Order: sequence, then structure tokens, then C-alpha cells
Amino acid sequence: MGNWPAFFLALAIVGVVFEMLRRKKLREKYAALWLFVGIGTLVLAAFPSLLTIVAERVGVQLPSNLLFIISILLLLGVCLHLSWELSVVEDETRTLAEEVAILRTMVEGMSAQDGDAPATPTTK
Amino acid sequence: MKILDSTRVLVIMPAWNEAESVGNTVREVLSVGRPYDVLVVNDGSTDATAAVAKDAGATVLTLPFNLGVGGAMRAGFKYAQRLGYQRVIQVDADGQHDPRNIHEVLAGLEHADISIGARFADRGDYSVSGPRKWAMQLLAKVISALAKTRLTDVTSGFRAANGRAINQYLDHYPAEYLGDTIDSLVVAIRSGCRVTQVPVEMRPRQGGTPSHNPVKSAVYLGRSVFALMFALTRKRSTISDPALAAKGAV
Ligand SMILES: Nc1nc2c(ncn2[C@@H]2O[C@H](COP(=O)(O)OP(=O)(O)OP(=O)(O)O)[C@@H](O)[C@H]2O)c(=O)[nH]1
Ligand SMILES: [Mg+2]
Repeated sequence: MGNWPAFFLALAIVGVVFEMLRRKKLREKYAALWLFVGIGTLVLAAFPSLLTIVAERVGVQLPSNLLFIISILLLLGVCLHLSWELSVVEDETRTLAEEVAILRTMVEGMSAQDGDAPATPTTK
Repeated sequence: MKILDSTRVLVIMPAWNEAESVGNTVREVLSVGRPYDVLVVNDGSTDATAAVAKDAGATVLTLPFNLGVGGAMRAGFKYAQRLGYQRVIQVDADGQHDPRNIHEVLAGLEHADISIGARFADRGDYSVSGPRKWAMQLLAKVISALAKTRLTDVTSGFRAANGRAINQYLDHYPAEYLGDTIDSLVVAIRSGCRVTQVPVEMRPRQGGTPSHNPVKSAVYLGRSVFALMFALTRKRSTISDPALAAKGAV
């Protein structure tokens, strides 16, 4: 029973995610997903017969195929999610860039006003 | 901070490494003797664009990195709205748009929210060919049907907007390719902005290098169809009327 190399690999992944989370290198929302994946792999590595049972239930002839399809769908989901997150971040960056540009121009305009006419108080 | 005179017009010039021509273009706009303020949106240029524009008498908005024409224009619209400008017009920094045409394009705003200075409307001799031309014709046809008025040059960067259109743009003005022309225009029309066009002549570039070449033109066709399809399926915006919004704010 048990696939020891796979088990240790999964354990290492879970360990790394935990450590990254602890050092705040990873935001919780992303960590949750990887912990879920890591623990899933851990369970499967410890009890490979689980895969065979599930494959039989859903009618997949080769248990490894079930594993592949699940992995592919999961990775696809992760990629899509990251693209989406990136778009949100880019949009926020753009808004900040605009804001910074406008503020800078206004601040420069104000300090130029102060510098040009130090004697006359501005009536505004 | 607000401008005191709301009849003033903000001329927004997106500029990216345009030091060679932006100075003259700004001076030319300021010298036509109309109430124009020039805002050059310096989009992460690596040359002296900002300094040259400032010397020429423009206000310069410097973006920390390159956002593209769409990004630059939205920054300009935001600035215009904060300062209370009721009319803005986009003018290329390379001098291809004749500053003497600005008031003609602005006149279109009397019966529309967006007024386009069109290059092919039986005036001047600006022409393009090949895939770029087909793309432009297709776009013009589809958008004309949408706007229920004849538009011949929907990708023109010589475009004026009133307060209502500015509010619409602030809600939707993508930084993507063609977002500054096709996408923003289509969504504005679908959200209820009225569009008109005014024939103008195009002048040759006054300096610097054009951003297009033949290979890019071929890609242009595909991408413009892509952009159009997306624009046609986007969510409409609900535009707040600037007059009403101003009253509500008091
Ligand atoms: N802000 C900003 N402006 C840009 C960028 N690329 C081009 N521009 C400006 O947009 C205007 C039009 O650019 P052009 O390269 O002349 O494009 P065009 O007029 O459509 O094409 P040509 O016929 O080749 O001149 C100019 O004022 C440019 O400085 C960019 O990435 N950011
Ligand atoms: Mg040009």
C-alpha cells in the first residue's frame, strides 16, 4: 500500500505552501487552492486504491486517466483565475497611474503659483 | 480645483516620444486665438516630450509608464472632468490635425455628444490602402448603422466630446488596442450618445516616426473586427447627466 515517492512529493508541496503562507509570500486566497491540491495528492498517494474505486464508480477504465483529466481541468481553472486576477490588477494599476499623473500636475501647478507670486496673496 | 470659465475647451494631446513635433503642434493650437487650454498626456516617453510641451505652453500630464492612447485619453478625460471642462477635443501631437479645424469639429457638438473630424469625407487627399482600408470601411459601415448617421472615419483620433460624453468615456474607455477609437465609440453610441462627423483635411506628419507599417496594417484588419465584436456585445453604461449631477452635488 501507499506510493511513497508520490507521498513525499505531496508532503513537500504542502510544506512549501505552508511556509510561504507563514512568511506572507502567498496570499491566503491562492494558498487555499494549493493546500487543497496538496492534501488531495497526499491522500491519493497514501491510498492509491481510492483512485481505482472512484474510477470504477464514474466509469473510467484506466484510473490514471481519471487523474489526468482532473489535473488538466484543475490547471486550466488555475490559469484562467490567474489571468482574471492579472486583468484586475492591471486595471487598478492603470487607475493609479492616471491618479498619480493628475495629482502630480496639480501639485506642480500649485507650487509654481506659490513660487511665481510670493508677494501677492492668491484670491481663490 | 476648478477652472473659472466653463466655456474654455481642453485640447487633449496624447504623446509618446513626440518631442520633435509636439512643441510646434502645441504652439499652433494656442496661437489660433480661441479659448483653448492644451493638455499633453506624456505617456512614459523616453525623450524630451514633457519639457518641450511645457515650454510651448501646455499643461503636461506625465504617466509613469506607457498606457497607450486609450489610457492616456482616459487620464485626460478625468483631468477635464475634475477641472470642470464642458468640452474637450483630442488632437494628435504629430501635427497631422490642423488646429484651425478644431473649432469646426467642436461646432459638431451643438447637436451631438461626440463629434468626429473625418478624413475621408470628400475633403483633403488623405488615403490608405489594402487591408487597413477594408477594415476602416467595414468599421465605418457597421458603426454608421449603429449610430443611424453616415460616418466615414470612425478610427479618427480627431474627436471632440461634451460633458455627457466625457462621463460616458470615464465609465468605459479601454486601454486596449483600438479601445480608444472603436470600442469607446460603439459603447458610447449604445449607451445613448449622439455622434456626428465633420469633414477635415489631414496634413503630413510634422516629424518623428509613424506608429504604423504595412505588416501592422494587415494585423489591423483582424484585430479591428475582433474589437468590434466585443464592443457590440458589451454592457451599456448609464450616463449621468453632468448638468443634473452638478445640481445634485450642491
Ligand atoms: N499617449 C500615447 N500616445 C501615443 C501612443 N502611441 C501613439 N501616440 C500618439 O497618438 C497620436 C497618433 O499617433 P500616430 O503614430 O501618428 O498614429 P496615426 O496618426 O494613426 O498614424 P500615422 O498615419 O502613421 O501618423 C500621436 O500624437 C502619438 O504621439 C502611446 O502609446 N501613448
Ligand atoms: Mg499620426
